[in-house]
Amino acid sequence: MVLDSKLPEGPIAEKWEKHKFNVKLVNPSNKRKYDIIVVGTGLAGASAAASLAELGYNVKAFTYHDSPRRAHSIAAQGGINAAKNYQNDGDSIYRLFYDTVKGGDYRSREANVYRLAQVSVNIIDQCVAQGVPFAREYGGLLANRSFGGAQVSRTFYARGQTGQQLLLGAYSALSRQVAYGKVKLYTRSEMLDLVTVDGQARGIITRNLLTGEIEQHAAHAVVLATGGYGNVFFLSTNAMYCNATAAWRAHKKGAYFANPCFTQIHPTCIPVSGDYQSKLTLMSESLRNDGRVWVPATKETAERLRKGEIDVNDIQEDDRDYFLERKYPAFGNLVPRDVASRNAKQMCDEGKGVGSTGLAVYLDFADVIKRTSAEAVSQKYGNLFDMYAKITGENPYERPMRIYPAVHYTMGGLWVDYNLQTTVKGLYATGECNFSDHGANRLGASALMQGLADGYFVIPYTIGDYLASTPPKPVTTEDPAFAEATAAVQARVQQMMSINGTRTPDDFHKKLGNLMWEYCGMSRNAEGLRFAKQEIAKLRQEFWSDLKLAGTETEMNQALEKAGRVADFLELGELMVDDALDRNESCGGHFREEYQTPEGEALRNDDDYAYVAAWEYMGDNQPEKLNKEELTFENVKLTQRSYK
Amino acid sequence: MAGSNPNAKPMNLTLKVWRQKNRVSEGGIVDYKVKDISPDMSFLEMLDVLNEDLLRQGQEPVAFDHDCREGICGSCNLFINGRAHGPEQGTTTCQLHMRKFSDGDTITIEPWRAAAFPINKDLSVDRSAFDRIIQAGGYVSINTGGTPDANEIPIPKDIADRAFEAATCIGCGACVAACKNASAMLFVSAKVSQLALLPQGHVERKTRVENMVAQMDLEGFGACTNIGSCAAECPVGISLENIAILNQEFLSAKATSNNLA
Repeated sequence: MVLDSKLPEGPIAEKWEKHKFNVKLVNPSNKRKYDIIVVGTGLAGASAAASLAELGYNVKAFTYHDSPRRAHSIAAQGGINAAKNYQNDGDSIYRLFYDTVKGGDYRSREANVYRLAQVSVNIIDQCVAQGVPFAREYGGLLANRSFGGAQVSRTFYARGQTGQQLLLGAYSALSRQVAYGKVKLYTRSEMLDLVTVDGQARGIITRNLLTGEIEQHAAHAVVLATGGYGNVFFLSTNAMYCNATAAWRAHKKGAYFANPCFTQIHPTCIPVSGDYQSKLTLMSESLRNDGRVWVPATKETAERLRKGEIDVNDIQEDDRDYFLERKYPAFGNLVPRDVASRNAKQMCDEGKGVGSTGLAVYLDFADVIKRTSAEAVSQKYGNLFDMYAKITGENPYERPMRIYPAVHYTMGGLWVDYNLQTTVKGLYATGECNFSDHGANRLGASALMQGLADGYFVIPYTIGDYLASTPPKPVTTEDPAFAEATAAVQARVQQMMSINGTRTPDDFHKKLGNLMWEYCGMSRNAEGLRFAKQEIAKLRQEFWSDLKLAGTETEMNQALEKAGRVADFLELGELMVDDALDRNESCGGHFREEYQTPEGEALRNDDDYAYVAAWEYMGDNQPEKLNKEELTFENVKLTQRSYK
Repeated sequence: MAGSNPNAKPMNLTLKVWRQKNRVSEGGIVDYKVKDISPDMSFLEMLDVLNEDLLRQGQEPVAFDHDCREGICGSCNLFINGRAHGPEQGTTTCQLHMRKFSDGDTITIEPWRAAAFPINKDLSVDRSAFDRIIQAGGYVSINTGGTPDANEIPIPKDIADRAFEAATCIGCGACVAACKNASAMLFVSAKVSQLALLPQGHVERKTRVENMVAQMDLEGFGACTNIGSCAAECPVGISLENIAILNQEFLSAKATSNNLA
């Protein structure tokens, strides 16, 4: 299959306008004859479900949570970018586009990113009209702050809980459509398979998480807004339930998986404190506006500190190394996430790490507190400081925070064309679930922007193009494909229940996570990746012969839910390793140790690797096939990314 | 200095946990022992340890709701030693850490108790009543697109801040669990206040409050008797002032509207 990204012709600034004119429309009285399934109710899903229902389509929205409002978008802290240029500081749609392509280390599609920057301004208007309480200045207008990878202030925010406020806005729009009867909401329902009929997406199979019932749902189109796969690593900043199952099932039914090895390691997370650790907590990137990152200047000082012989507040200025400010004077503490993370790792590898494990660096607010006041800092970051204090038992107003990089976001995802359609007709992917806009590294405050852009302003236009060519006849679950998919899902559930081995789902998940973090994490090399591939295959075998579950499949069974997700992680993990092995270059979050500049920065290979790696499932235990979508850059010149 | 206190010793604890097979079956307290609990663990990580032990022994783990473990998704909802979200003020269950307990402690863990929150299993309850209250009017009725430029709606900073404070409700239901009447007034008032304070919400101000209150009553939540335990136990500090605003909004709506509900 030749990958057709369906990019519109013409100058970049006109592509989206032209495309909107060229796509087919479904007339208003026909829209009610089409059913659309939206899986996931985070920013990308709730905004899509609400907007499609407003247009007149019949929407069925699914979430495995007890309420749409629990989706993990809720935890996004820092903000959302938009090219409003309210600050008069030189921002523009073109600059946001440029920053995002550069920030992604030139591995994203120009046209998609440009569209994202264009609609970013509409998102802010939309959210404000919904009653989202963004931060404001005394004059009553909206406030902005700056974020990594940009030299303008374009980030809109609601203290440290922007994701919560945006999601509650989308949730309110969704709730309104539920009340109108245009959205039927299915909570505690987990998608376990995609149903295709004659190569077209026609429905999904779900499991009711309270009763265990396996259910069939048919529609004319299916939208997956099911988030990212960062929990492959076990420990990440993702919520506990975040998983890849819906996307992975779609992949096995024909949707290509793009750039799976592009994962983002966020530099500022609270470090691991013990083996029992269940997840990691992010400290928003916005903290790097005011916090200064440092380690002791010498290994000796760091060692004495770790042993508790000296206290952090005893270390004099001369004995501190503000390594980001030293190495990147232009961007300082606000370098992009991949650069900040790698540098923190490098400091710790050199023995200058702090905390009892030596796997942490400081993020220090002493300067800003002195310059302004503790109260001013609390106004800006209060909830983050409180969270840090609760988790660590330390007061960040008095001692610098200890931070370390952690898995945060996955840039890879289901391959989609310009319409956000996957390689399966009628199957769409939005938000973190797709691969399209962030290249090899996502800039801060861009995930919320992309999720809402896809849901509010892209999919409502593009899905009509497909539906207009599909007859508006009712769809049912009578096709044998539904019965087949249901039987396969039931068989898999029963197989897991009947193994009766000795090891829990979490046990396998932790082992997988360790392998992925060690060999396919912040830095990778061919040897380690080959080793990880073997080990994952072994672990997968052990899973299917030694899994331990309890209870039954016909009731609420959280261990069974987890087991299904881990089984899919065990397959996806191997594909991530394959992808990382294929990409013989370093770019963004993908750092192959073999490919670096003399200064230790990522060394891209644009001649051979300026492509999207789109992996095609070829059957159980078969190697996946690599399909390439060549990336062409007509507007942004490919350069060595420099933040010095 | 990993964690707060490198010298803190692991703890052994007795847990008294509510177990209930499903919505219709009878439940009861079951005792469990957990050993070597680190003070740096979160409360839910302590329950993870218990659940891993149970599963390895072939017993069913304790079902409980949780997800983000950052205090923001509102999923977690444990009634610990007689208090919603446990002993620490302004803290969700997931952000409660074991350093708040001592070696040898006995900890009682129950689900939210309210007629409007039926128990699914063990410690998991059904809070879909909250969703239905929002569906009754917790929004501004605008469609996607066609909205004015964001800065065309200036809002005084103090008003925006107050609306934000109300909007931070995480929908966990601690207010209901803490209330002797199982009233949902704090939850409902937070949304009503947010939208009543903001100009965007003014158009539907009267119908919103009437419809949301009517739905709240329909769901079987109790009446408010102004005790204030809801606000005292709210993990994100939603103020009791919101209930005053709700009452004011409701009365003024009833006095002047078509009495929709």
